[in-house]
Amino acid sequence: MKSTAIINSLENEAIYILREVAAQFERPVLLFSGGKDSITLVRLAQKAFYPGKIPFPLMHIDTGHNFPETIEFRDRLVKELGLELIVRNVQESIDKGKVVEEKGKYASRNMLQTGTLLDAIEEFKFDACIGGARRDEEKARAKERIFSVRDDFGQWDEKNQRPELFDMLNGQIDLGQNVRVFPISNWTELDVWSYIAKEGFEIPSIYFAHQRKVFFRDGMIWSFDDDVVYREEDEVCQELTVRFRTVGDMSCTAAVLSDAADLASVVQEIRDSSISERGARIDDKRSDSAMEKRKQQGYF
Amino acid sequence: MEVLKIATAGSVDDGKSTLIGRILYDTKSLTTDKLEAIEKTSKQKGYDYLDFSLATDGLVAEREQGITIDVAHIYFSTANKSYIVADTPGHVEYTRNMVTGASTSQASIILIDARKGVIEQTYRHFFINNLLRIKDIVVAINKMDLVDYSEEVFNAIKKDFEALMEQREYSDQNISFIPISALKGDNVVNASDKMPWYKSKTVLGHLEQLDKKNIFNSGTARFPVQAVVRPKTEDFHDFRGYQGKVYGGDLNVGDDIVVLPSKTTSKIKEIYFYNEKYDTAARRSSVTITLEDDVNISRGDMIVKSDDLPQINKSLNAVVCWMDSTALKPNNKYTVQHGVNKVLAIVTDIEHKINPDFSGIDKEAAQLEVNDIALVSFKLNRPIFSDRFQDHRTNGSFILIDNNTNNTVGAGFIQ
Ligand SMILES: Nc1nc2c(ncn2[C@@H]2O[C@H](COP(=O)(O)OP(=O)(O)O)[C@@H](O)[C@H]2O)c(=O)[nH]1
Repeated sequence: MKSTAIINSLENEAIYILREVAAQFERPVLLFSGGKDSITLVRLAQKAFYPGKIPFPLMHIDTGHNFPETIEFRDRLVKELGLELIVRNVQESIDKGKVVEEKGKYASRNMLQTGTLLDAIEEFKFDACIGGARRDEEKARAKERIFSVRDDFGQWDEKNQRPELFDMLNGQIDLGQNVRVFPISNWTELDVWSYIAKEGFEIPSIYFAHQRKVFFRDGMIWSFDDDVVYREEDEVCQELTVRFRTVGDMSCTAAVLSDAADLASVVQEIRDSSISERGARIDDKRSDSAMEKRKQQGYF
Repeated sequence: MEVLKIATAGSVDDGKSTLIGRILYDTKSLTTDKLEAIEKTSKQKGYDYLDFSLATDGLVAEREQGITIDVAHIYFSTANKSYIVADTPGHVEYTRNMVTGASTSQASIILIDARKGVIEQTYRHFFINNLLRIKDIVVAINKMDLVDYSEEVFNAIKKDFEALMEQREYSDQNISFIPISALKGDNVVNASDKMPWYKSKTVLGHLEQLDKKNIFNSGTARFPVQAVVRPKTEDFHDFRGYQGKVYGGDLNVGDDIVVLPSKTTSKIKEIYFYNEKYDTAARRSSVTITLEDDVNISRGDMIVKSDDLPQINKSLNAVVCWMDSTALKPNNKYTVQHGVNKVLAIVTDIEHKINPDFSGIDKEAAQLEVNDIALVSFKLNRPIFSDRFQDHRTNGSFILIDNNTNNTVGAGFIQ
């Protein structure tokens, strides 16, 4: 007798949430970065709606500072699954003068993404944006709801959140509001990796150990790319074997020294690791409240 | 891996954050960068110990006030289980947060300061854990280091708590008492050498040995339909599947079923999880099922086994925990969300308010304020298919939505 009891409860929960989004909203969209969390979401959606198709498009807010491997992977996945992909560029928002590029050593386009995202939500009248954020990532995220209501300005009011009881998700909103949905809220980084390994999902190559031109700053390892990543004269470039734990904006995503070249060794490395993945994102270190402030402004 | 959700309750300063931080630290779940941040901040504050509470206190507003103001989720895992801790604050005015945190938990930890013993807050914490039918409760008597690790103090508090237990309504609840020092780490993850008189498990040791058998009530299978899938592709031309999550018990291929509200009968033909077929859809799994017959089913309908029907009612009697600053009054209208089913409801009567500390009821209540708990009756515009909360935690509960604000304003437990 084959029973579904063997299926992971986090996977069951995520599928339930994705089905609720499709049922409760008119125009949902899945925010796709090409990273492991959003790939996991796409795969979960594939399972949730089978044998039907995924009933919403993907949207990538492109900072223009992506690792080329990520973009190549994104396009392949979208083609494989026959999905609709919308791309909106931060560069365009800069060119239109809607946002101003940051300057200097710690400049990144992470903050600027927010403006482009809010414009895109407006443009397509999306009422639900599905994201791959997890509560274990950061302290302020720990309080995020699974259905998180944003006001007409895309802002998050952490003191005025709807209580979420049992399995019940209240997606009722007014015109102009939208909801951020986090189906893998309860997953940890290790849960995501273990799941990817178990299912054998393909992910971008930069997650695996590879030779790369890099330089050191503040004890962290940065990808060498003078077009995108700011570098001081005395920060010298060298070639090392590294991998990335997240695939964000190149200018603020640090690499780790690693020999983990396949999924099994990545899972082992995460298990043994003593640094959180956000520890490798410089913009979270700027201040202890960095994330919370960004969220209040509409960052996902 | 098995996931265990735990709620915590304690008054301000009983050491809830310290306890959680300590568990994270002793299970090596704190990463180096987080640990460094804790060391740095502890030093800045001039402490000669590590302030583990910093591991959990999340939001800026909170940090400024120095208290936890909402439900935060904390994650850690051991070799045999993943844990999700819903950290809920313990002040009087936050009953709603505690109810929220407890609603998704199977176990709970109630903290008591050994110097203060059982206080009024403890009554409330236990009341809510009992109201929500939490199966397993750890009463952690904390700060034992400040009472010389005294067995007498521990026993006296245990006795007071046991007296409280006599008043509980739901008695199928396992309660363990553990003397701890969250700050020093006694009996949290590691056994204490300061309390040789205590021979039982540590807090984590206790949680580790809980399994499905002792934390889930077994009940009857309920399958609320989330969506109907009809792909109309070549391969699935006539496919008509019902998607949803199974609650309470298992469903099997071949089971005789009834669809509510139409009361049409049929048999389960296939059970899918993604593209694989199964014989059994286990409780809490998100599956797609097909039936032997063509039945007209839509979202919000419920598929149940024919030998065990829920109540099909257009009126509702429920214990309500009110969560909104606008009061609930007779004749007010709300949306009742029962699982994935939504109906309109009108409040017909507030029968009585229930003091959340076992001190009785108030029959004169004209309206419910935030954090009030009361027995309320409703009339519904369409029937819902429900069980009593005491028989079925999922199918016996609902939320109330205010249609003016769209907010979730209350939680209901069907009587
Ligand atoms: N001596 C002692 N102090 C403790 C213990 N647990 C917590 N504390 C202290 O009690 C205070 C309140 O603790 P905290 O964890 O912030 O309480 P919360 O409000 O329940 O989260 C802090 O100063 C802690 O260091 C303990 O076991 N022994």
